[in-house]
Amino acid sequence: MKPLRIGAGAGYAGDRIDPAVDLAERGQLDALVFECLAERTIALAQLRRHTDPQQGHDPLLAARLRAVLPVCVARGIPIITNMGAAHPLAAGHAALAVARELQLPRLRVAVVLGDDVLAWVRQNDAPLLDSADTVRSMDGRLISANAYLGADALLPALAAQPDVLITGRVADPSLFLAPLMHHFGWAANDWPLLGKGLAVGHLLECAAQVSGGYLADPGRLDVPDLHRVGFPLAEVAADGSAVITKLPDTGGRVDRLSCTAQLLYEVEDPGAYLQADVTGDFSPVRFTELGDDRVSVQGATGTERPAQLKVSLGYTDGFIGEGQISYAGPGARERGELALDILRHRLADDRLHPSLRGLEQRAELIGVNAMHGPALGSDREPYEVRVRLAVRCATRGQAQRVGQEVEALYLNGPAAGGGVTQSVREVVAVASTLIPREAVQTRVELLEWTS
Amino acid sequence: MTTSRRILRDIALARSGDKGNRATLTVIALDPADYPRIERLLTTERVRQHLAGVVQGEVRRFALARLQAVHFVLHDALAGGVTRSLALDAHGKTLSAALLDLPLDD
Repeated sequence: MKPLRIGAGAGYAGDRIDPAVDLAERGQLDALVFECLAERTIALAQLRRHTDPQQGHDPLLAARLRAVLPVCVARGIPIITNMGAAHPLAAGHAALAVARELQLPRLRVAVVLGDDVLAWVRQNDAPLLDSADTVRSMDGRLISANAYLGADALLPALAAQPDVLITGRVADPSLFLAPLMHHFGWAANDWPLLGKGLAVGHLLECAAQVSGGYLADPGRLDVPDLHRVGFPLAEVAADGSAVITKLPDTGGRVDRLSCTAQLLYEVEDPGAYLQADVTGDFSPVRFTELGDDRVSVQGATGTERPAQLKVSLGYTDGFIGEGQISYAGPGARERGELALDILRHRLADDRLHPSLRGLEQRAELIGVNAMHGPALGSDREPYEVRVRLAVRCATRGQAQRVGQEVEALYLNGPAAGGGVTQSVREVVAVASTLIPREAVQTRVELLEWTS
Repeated sequence: MTTSRRILRDIALARSGDKGNRATLTVIALDPADYPRIERLLTTERVRQHLAGVVQGEVRRFALARLQAVHFVLHDALAGGVTRSLALDAHGKTLSAALLDLPLDD
């Protein structure tokens, strides 16, 4: 059996589009996967759906499909994506609209539904992970609850051989594991084999992060032509071994370093990576450089999948008010520190309204200590600093006062402050819980456009 | 021996990621021959000390000789978690670079 060639067309919601088109055109792909859902993307999409029932899917869906559909349909490359976000069915219809606009003769879309478990979560007061609270503590603030589905939810959709497969929340690597299971007929309980497929999916799910993105440190770890970095593809054999590579004549690099950095990225225990389809064991993985940006991946394995699925809960969590102002030239740091001192006095003053006293806050100097605090921060004199004040607020009015206090440093603060910016954002936070598998019922809806 | 101060950055790369209020941090030997030295340098205690101003909780360490990598999970490292943190770098993406500043004890 010849290897299956799977490409990664996006590693996050806002990723570049042109490398995906290049992969579709030159990659001789068997499938192209777009992973576009970060932790709180669904919660934000759910808020959009509240205001417009036709919304709630990835806002870039139409732009991405417009770019890749002509070549993917012409070459029979199925697209698999979680761009359904909070409304996969609306995403399916949006895909048909793109086909109509492009005057494609035909488009078949399969939509996977069932990740939305808000009703179950509301009825069953489950404990939150990493917290002493339960779901009920979010009463009135809960926006969304989505289970991380596994590849098993995608297999019936792939059986229908759609041109586009759209999901909501799915464990990221499962988007890649599903076409492998479908193509090679891997059993859903062959844990060592699924562990190998999981490793491939994990290596690909952040797109360019395995092919040279997020790696360069000039002079020491140089990566060529990041302005045209190639997105990765994997050639996967029936036994789960794989080669990670990218197209010739693209920027970036695929080697032991790029692959190792991505293999362990956001994994907690490398020997027990809990995922919807399998508990992966990446500790025996071996990378072998084959030259020409080709790296062989072998040795991943796995054990039985977790009994429950993880659920991502989106909830509103007050407001963050923020303001920034810059100081430059001789004495910039001293003036910045004076500005912070003034702000601290203003925040502590209970006679001012709305009161900000006692609220959680960060007051720092960008360029000195904003990233890692005073212990690791710079002790040198920077040419310029930027004062930053951020306060967690219960109300929008409080949050507005934060930026106003920073802006008032123009006329009331140290000399020569400039470039004030201020912002108020409503916080949509994410927590997690677990759900029994049997409480999650998935189904597939098939949509079709013919001219 | 060179006279300039040698730091971890001279022999390793690092990448951070986030999981709720935990950060993951991977350090990889640029040259596999340097891995034993990196494994000796990056004890749990050393990493905890260096990042004490940022990481409030437990530090878990995984030495992965086959991958020439030492991997850490840093608990309570993201100011309450990516989605609600007041920090500018809410994901803790820049933490990896902080660790690369560790001096090499030649």
